[in-house]
Amino acid sequence: MEYFQTKVINHYQVGKGIFVMELVANGSRCRAGQFFMLKTADASRPLMRPISIYQATDNSVSFMYRISGQGTEELSHLKNNDTIFILGPLGNGFPCEKVSGRIALIGGGIGIAPLWFTAETLLKNTENEVDVYLGYRDELFALDHFVILDTDFFIATEYGDEGYHGLITDLFEPDHYDAVFACGPEPMMKAVFTMCKEVRTPLWISAERRMACGVGACLGCAFPTLNGVKRVCKDGPVFADKELCWES
Amino acid sequence: MLETTLCGIPFKNPLIAASGVFGFGAEYGELYDVSIWGGLCTKGLTLQPKSGNSGYRIYETASGVMNSIGLQNPGVEAFVNTELPRMKKLNTRIIANLGGHSTDDYLLGIEKLDRTDVDMIELNISCPNVKSGGMAFGLQAKSAGEIVGLCRERCHKPFMVKLSPNAENIVDVALACENAGADALSLVNTFQAMAIDVKKRKPVFENTYAGLSGAAIKPLALRMVHAVCQKVSIPVVGIGGIRTAEDVIEFMMAGATAVQIGAALFSNPLLPIQMIDGLQQLMEQEKISDLSEIRGIIK
Repeated sequence: MEYFQTKVINHYQVGKGIFVMELVANGSRCRAGQFFMLKTADASRPLMRPISIYQATDNSVSFMYRISGQGTEELSHLKNNDTIFILGPLGNGFPCEKVSGRIALIGGGIGIAPLWFTAETLLKNTENEVDVYLGYRDELFALDHFVILDTDFFIATEYGDEGYHGLITDLFEPDHYDAVFACGPEPMMKAVFTMCKEVRTPLWISAERRMACGVGACLGCAFPTLNGVKRVCKDGPVFADKELCWES
Repeated sequence: MLETTLCGIPFKNPLIAASGVFGFGAEYGELYDVSIWGGLCTKGLTLQPKSGNSGYRIYETASGVMNSIGLQNPGVEAFVNTELPRMKKLNTRIIANLGGHSTDDYLLGIEKLDRTDVDMIELNISCPNVKSGGMAFGLQAKSAGEIVGLCRERCHKPFMVKLSPNAENIVDVALACENAGADALSLVNTFQAMAIDVKKRKPVFENTYAGLSGAAIKPLALRMVHAVCQKVSIPVVGIGGIRTAEDVIEFMMAGATAVQIGAALFSNPLLPIQMIDGLQQLMEQEKISDLSEIRGIIK
């Protein structure tokens, strides 16, 4: 991890309140499912915002985020060449190198953000076959980015007109897969957890919590697991099914 | 230029990482050499391990950070066996912060820490985020003096007491701690505060109240440090929203011997490096050759 000032090279809206911001950074050390802390310029907001890595290349890292408060609202006003301080890459990321075969990636809402990079990473192993499940509330976003990936897609909108009308988990058949990665609202991830458990398909989920330090020092992002209270920023954000205390 | 002596112990500079923002020193070590600090306060320790509070633990307010961690820590024993050997490899002063729920917790904890090679002990009688004990000991002069006196008897190390700004009268508490044998005081811990989630119509924190820190509390903390320094003769370590070299000098002018940095690290993890440079520059500009020249000049 590093803390440094960098520059915006591309920043655009992809949906209602959803933006993609590309920054100058060496993305070659980033792993899929990791995140950065992004600092706002307004000193009245002391906390940096944890945002997961959307795409990473040798000379840029991009973030897809949803405006969910004043901090992300401020980020959305940054223009090309504006500067921003960032800390990262942080966290463990998805265990892409530990899985193989047929893999499902399931995202809900802004939780789809880490799945593009995850799919790209998994597809570097030509033996892998990846299916991507994208669950939206109403409006689709960033689908045009995802479709360039060599994966099969399943789309659902809970209240919209596109794709399957209902929950993304309705489309998901866990027994088809050797491994599953999920990121999204906790009810969605809990449903996936229950489904995978029934057929013993290994699952990893990416958790989300409010954070302060981002490096594991402050214990602000506590996540109770079967192995004790873990830190989402340092021990996570990705946790394996066998650690989760989500029994219904 | 920045060398500081606290309770007879030399510190290379007056900057100390406050308890709770720095774990046990390992995490930020991936970013820079944490030996640059004058000292590090450990995460608040308790006799038994604690898993901390559920629900939200961190919440941002205007220029402030609220927290309700609830003293999550591995317990004194695990600290001594696992964390302390690692910390002692760092070239900085190690201050063990000890909290407790009962008098026995404090006394057994301090006896164990007294037998280790920590440089100093900071007694936390000011944590607002635990249901029993914690801050309750630090709200009134009588209870503060009693616990400090009992701990003092069992402690042969330099011994600092961390005070709560929520005390009925912080100057009275400070005097009681001094009279009971404290070697130094650190102030202030967080202000008890509140936030409400309007959509849920519920407090943000499960404990309803949480502790406020950050730049928002700096002027309040400075006033308390000044008021205490007028009355006590033991050294005072200033804490509360410090984020610039100028802030450090302000606390020194109000009478502080050293300072602790907390929430400001969340905005800038490299702050200590910049603050040491900033302090040296500011001292040159203001023609201060030693911090003792300005300490307590505001009466």
